Amino acid sequence: MFLRILRPLVLAAVFASPAAAGEVTSFDLDNGLQVVVIEDHRAPVVVQMVWYRAGAADEKPGVSGVAHFLEHLMFKGTDTVPSGEFSKIVAANGGSDNAFTSWDFTAYFQRIASDRLELVMKMEADRMRHLKLSEDDWQTEREVVIEERNQRTDSDPGAIFGEQKQAAQYLNHPYGTPIIGWRQEMEKLTRQDALDWYKTYYAPNDAVLIVAGDVTPDEVKALAEKYYGPLAPTPGIGPRARPQEPVQRAERRLSYRDPRVAQPYLSRSYLAPERDPGDQKTAAALTILAAALGGSPQTSILAKRLQFDSKIALYTAADYDGLSYDDTTFSLVVVPAPGVGMAEAEKAMDGVLDDVAKNGIDAEQFARIKTQIRADNIYAEDSVMGLAKRYGEALTTGLTIKDVQDWPAVLDAVTVDEVRQAARDVLDKRHAVTGWMMPESAGDDTTELMQ
Amino acid sequence: MIRALITVAVVLMTALPALAAVKIQEITSPGGIRAWLVEEHSLPFTALELRFEGGASLDAPGKRGATTLMTSTLEEGAGDLDSQGFAAAREALAADISFDVGDDAVSVSAQMLTENRDQVVALLKSALTEPRFDQDAIDRVRAQIDSLIRQDETDPGRISSRTLDRLAFGDHPYGTVRNGTLDSLAALTRDDLIAAKDAVLARDRVSVAAVGDITPEALGKLIDEVLGPLPAKGAPMPPHVTPDLTGGVTVVDFDSPQSVVNFGQPGITRDDPDFFAAYVLNHIIGGQGFSARLMDEVREKRGLTYGIGTFLMPLNLAETWQGTFSSANEKVAEAIGVVQDVWADVAANGVTEAELDAAKTYLTGSFPLRFDGNDRIAGILVGMMAEGLPASYVNDRNGYIEAVTLDDVKRVAQRLMTPGGLRFVVVGKPVGLQTTN
Repeated sequence: MFLRILRPLVLAAVFASPAAAGEVTSFDLDNGLQVVVIEDHRAPVVVQMVWYRAGAADEKPGVSGVAHFLEHLMFKGTDTVPSGEFSKIVAANGGSDNAFTSWDFTAYFQRIASDRLELVMKMEADRMRHLKLSEDDWQTEREVVIEERNQRTDSDPGAIFGEQKQAAQYLNHPYGTPIIGWRQEMEKLTRQDALDWYKTYYAPNDAVLIVAGDVTPDEVKALAEKYYGPLAPTPGIGPRARPQEPVQRAERRLSYRDPRVAQPYLSRSYLAPERDPGDQKTAAALTILAAALGGSPQTSILAKRLQFDSKIALYTAADYDGLSYDDTTFSLVVVPAPGVGMAEAEKAMDGVLDDVAKNGIDAEQFARIKTQIRADNIYAEDSVMGLAKRYGEALTTGLTIKDVQDWPAVLDAVTVDEVRQAARDVLDKRHAVTGWMMPESAGDDTTELMQ
Repeated sequence: MIRALITVAVVLMTALPALAAVKIQEITSPGGIRAWLVEEHSLPFTALELRFEGGASLDAPGKRGATTLMTSTLEEGAGDLDSQGFAAAREALAADISFDVGDDAVSVSAQMLTENRDQVVALLKSALTEPRFDQDAIDRVRAQIDSLIRQDETDPGRISSRTLDRLAFGDHPYGTVRNGTLDSLAALTRDDLIAAKDAVLARDRVSVAAVGDITPEALGKLIDEVLGPLPAKGAPMPPHVTPDLTGGVTVVDFDSPQSVVNFGQPGITRDDPDFFAAYVLNHIIGGQGFSARLMDEVREKRGLTYGIGTFLMPLNLAETWQGTFSSANEKVAEAIGVVQDVWADVAANGVTEAELDAAKTYLTGSFPLRFDGNDRIAGILVGMMAEGLPASYVNDRNGYIEAVTLDDVKRVAQRLMTPGGLRFVVVGKPVGLQTTN
């Protein structure tokens, strides 16, 4: 219920991490390709994923959307696979394939019977360095991504609001630019823009290959060396250095009105530290803080106080995603009950946040969250695709395999005091970005916003 | 080069072991309730699926929304536990228990750790057999559904699918929204919820599947524990209905840069001898992936949409064949023309041998990939059981696909598809399109 309101901007954050059962092996090829193998022999199925350490936040100014545009164009042809045939070949072998782009990474995957692994490894390696783009291909595809923007963003007031709010959150860092791109820049993207991007970043030394499922590390190693091994690296790809956020000195507020909005809501976010290699403690405390504030529709702090006790809200949520290369956000959503103004709802939310920063969270609730985190490790073992995604996302946002494997223990070691300290450090109103999303017909709230 | 790869693949395909890992046991509990079980002891948890036929279509006259409100309030307190107490108990056991409602069924999905399974079962039993339906919980959930109804009223995708449903089914439950209207929802009482629960949560209509770390004996005991106290018989099913869809366009004015389109026509029943031919035909025209005709013509060749797909909907009480896409207001008329051309072409000429072969290899090859986790497998099994399919269907299904011939596809295309036979609902500011009769 109500999940349509809170849209995760990238893949959802998850608590769990693989335990010992799913055997994980890793090695590097001489050309710099990092390879991770996750074994699960329950079914004769395999997932191949190639993750590039390049996403929308690595684009140069003026060509926003090029990372995602290229992701679409990667399904065109090479010398050995004719244009448009890649997915058809995967499908004709009973597999499915797709790709996704975020600020920090671009990833491609196929799920297929494990005896077809060689076929998809051959094709994925081929398009890492040998993409061919015809005039027809790139122009039609530019129309497609503009239609995608129409569908995902411009037809959806919640998405427009989210895009504006993200832009307000990041003054200087490219996380403020939408992954799909600003429309006027998308309309001007060229074949050359796409190829420049491709030639720089689509290289073995900028990629992570993950093979998960009914396969052994030896099989993967032999195939990886055969198909990915001969690919040339791009010289000079260094660590990513993007413009960072300045210290926020003024609270930021925005409001968006749209006749298509039937249910107003407010959204609050704060810049927050992400999971860093060897240093995930603060991120772990923030993960538990988000669960405590908004993880349960009945027992989380915001639900209890705003939905059950004061009945000010219809719905509340908290979100924190620590998998991010640069500073991430901690965010909250409150949907006011009928007759409750936005200012009143915001004040009530601030009351709860102040209380949590001052007094911390309840010990019993804390214990339940810890229990759930431990259980989620077991449930997560059931999805090999989920495990593969977790490693891919971590390894392209600056973390190591050890960080992924340490994460459950880091979460488990978090204390109540550390959660309270994290709340004090991050939930500082002076550093807040607050957005109100409202229908066109203005109520008293217009004046409230101007106060 | 490519051709060689595909040929090799086809040969390999026939050698694939058919779902070696999924061994379905058909069991009957001591109390006489049937269930399907796949034992999988490598992870210490069990996924359980219960499916009660009838769903929101069992709403009593004037009580639209009752089944939805009832289902959404099941987790809001039971027995000695109020809403927060129930949630805290479930969270302390690290169990997932969720309730969902559709036009055809109420579904219960649970994941429980082996170490505390008995306690989770007790909670689940309590929710299904002694829900409290406290007035404050009803009102809180009602306010959330009220907000969802209002949100749907300004959501072009919802407006589009709802309009097509209304055209097809009128006053039949399939023709209206299962959340109810603002008025019908507001009028629902606690007694209405109790009546709605007794109508649908009954033993005569339940399908049960479990996958995970549980033995047949333990599952039999669990089922009797949870379902034993439910009424033996629920409400009768509403009548079967034929969708009233004629070819043409219905425009709903909505201020947005893009038009959302839902289109449809009458479909085919699940037990029709030509169902698999129609299933393959649908895959070729508008199935998943980039290889379908419509995706190729509307997106790949012309860039008129981000995505287009079609699907057969053999529901319990009616059958339709539907599709959906979005397109810029200036382009949507052209896109609809392309869809109509494809429809007319396939109706007249059928499909090619190459399309049929590619569809078969995809459909047979992708089927085993669905069985990739306890909860996914339990979900598939409970759906099969509800449709009255035998457990052996898991192994026989690919044979039915393989048996479809080019003539079968041509016959079913001629039978089902007529040029101009699709009804298109267009929500937006489409250029050059008007409502037709």
